[in-house]
Amino acid sequence: MSEIQNYTLNFGPQHPAAHGVLRLVLELDGEVIQRADPHVGLLHRGTEKLAESRIYNQSVGYMDRLDYVSMMCNEHAYCMTIEKLLDIEVPERAQYIRVMFDEITRILNHLMWLGTHALDVGAMTMFLYCFREREDLMDAYEAVSGARMHASYYRPGGVYRDLPDSMPQYEASQWHNQKEVDEMNKNRQGSLLDFLKDFTERFEAYVDEYETLLTNNRIWKQRTVDIGCLTEEQAKDLSMTGPMLRASGVAWDLRKMEPYEVYDKLDFDIPVGTNGDCYDRYVVRVEEMRQSNRIISQCIDWLQNNPGPVMHEDHKLTMPERMDMKQDMEGLIHHFKHFTEGYMVPEGEAYCGVEHPKGEFGTYIVSDGANKPYRLKIRAPGFAHLAAMDFLVKGHMLADVVTVIGTLDIVFGEIDR
Amino acid sequence: MSQYYSELSEKVTAKLASIESVSAIVAHGELTIEVSKENLIAVCETLKTDPELAFDTVIDICGVDYSSYEGSMACQTRYASVYHLLSVTNNHRIRIRTWLDSDFPVVDSVVGLWNGANWFEREAFDLLGILYTGHPDLRRILTDYGFIGHPLRKDFPLVGQVEMRYDANKQRVIYEPVSIEERVNIPRVIRHDNRYAERELAAMAQEAADARKAAANESGDKA
Repeated sequence: MSEIQNYTLNFGPQHPAAHGVLRLVLELDGEVIQRADPHVGLLHRGTEKLAESRIYNQSVGYMDRLDYVSMMCNEHAYCMTIEKLLDIEVPERAQYIRVMFDEITRILNHLMWLGTHALDVGAMTMFLYCFREREDLMDAYEAVSGARMHASYYRPGGVYRDLPDSMPQYEASQWHNQKEVDEMNKNRQGSLLDFLKDFTERFEAYVDEYETLLTNNRIWKQRTVDIGCLTEEQAKDLSMTGPMLRASGVAWDLRKMEPYEVYDKLDFDIPVGTNGDCYDRYVVRVEEMRQSNRIISQCIDWLQNNPGPVMHEDHKLTMPERMDMKQDMEGLIHHFKHFTEGYMVPEGEAYCGVEHPKGEFGTYIVSDGANKPYRLKIRAPGFAHLAAMDFLVKGHMLADVVTVIGTLDIVFGEIDR
Repeated sequence: MSQYYSELSEKVTAKLASIESVSAIVAHGELTIEVSKENLIAVCETLKTDPELAFDTVIDICGVDYSSYEGSMACQTRYASVYHLLSVTNNHRIRIRTWLDSDFPVVDSVVGLWNGANWFEREAFDLLGILYTGHPDLRRILTDYGFIGHPLRKDFPLVGQVEMRYDANKQRVIYEPVSIEERVNIPRVIRHDNRYAERELAAMAQEAADARKAAANESGDKA
């Protein structure tokens, strides 16, 4: 009889637990993984190449489509790099708005992650719970930008426009009668900030709900404890950032270590794990949602009391007011130039990273003084995390691969770019 | 911030002096050093192991094709490999640029120092054709299986070279030369912006004043 050898299994790219288009070639000895070789690039759209042929502001929309579950954070890194090269300061109100939406995005991302990760591991209820809360936050996105996901709300120099005074309302239809609609519109009577305030008050209880389902759940623990362990040294060596690094016991968070925007004025904590396994990463991310909630409510308090400009005032770089464009010659010229040529960014190079929900998301821009970037490099956290796949699953069982993919929190928009 | 990086820059140049006299620039609160490709590994090793520097994480590695660069920065050769390192221990960053041959860009791989560099180098190989010698698994990563060319090189067209479609007669997917033409809505322009010129002039004037002051102090000391 011939000797039984390892055999190769093709996992994905259409596997529902592959979170998108991951093709994973697994080499198995029985049910034990010997080698995992992720094949990525099935969603490669050449964002970096495209950005080289677009003026700076046109690429803001591409940034949303990188990590398409944490849209505004991607825009943030891109805008911050341009602002660094232009050497401009963003108005304080815009900084608060950005921080608030970064944290909304973090909750959106972590809810998506928690829902799908739990679904992969076998907890269906979580998925429904998480998507229920995502809906409210998506409405906040929609109210501010007009789009539920791909917002293009941040601009170099600030944010596109100030927060709206009113929320869109539901209307009665054949599915919902007037009474139901009144109930649904109850928390939408005030401004966007009132709506979000109502959300932050409710959200803490929702997170408790998730935790009652998972944190001490025996099956959840059996599936996640001691799976995909990373020590502090290994995590650093493998370029891990964000929750992946923090779960291994490193208190590293760009919001604290290199505070950008107004994070140094806000009060929040950085959760840190101890074992660096999938369970710790779960605990860290859940706690991050609570901390984000705290940050959002602090931002709301500030924003309610401090009106002001939300865009840098140099209209050579930013769009003029609509009124100025209609009535003022200079405003009209600025508007025309802004859309037909854009603005020149002084020669130089800069890298700027933000604490993205998944880790450090950064952009590196080389400018030769033109109205388009000479080279844009996007540093995606998921790319580095997925690179560690082979290391993480080696010696684990086949079922653990799904847990590890879930815990990495990968999204192919940013990995393939 | 800039103050800290100026000090770090002196520290780094002093520590690397035994290997190579590197040129260090601090701009926008970021430190950039340029290293010759022969000494890259030795430099990286010092940056990683020295406890005062301790660059323990690779944040990013990317290639840049400088062939159509129109700015004033001296571009010695066509390609450069750019490394962004981070020290989680000491909370500082550095950028290393190493210039590579125009015809045959090769550089030693840093995977031996940081395992996280693996995929970043594969990506730079895929998109720019930079070869990293000593890399354990230098395959294409983002582009299609059997792809030809390196898309981020400046001579690679934006619309690409091939397109694919399903051929009903042959009953399979076929590749054909692209049928679309590249369209440029807004041309690339460089204007010499007076505001930046003013800023540069002010910086130059400041520098000259500082130099004069330093000279005056020196002569004062002598007197």
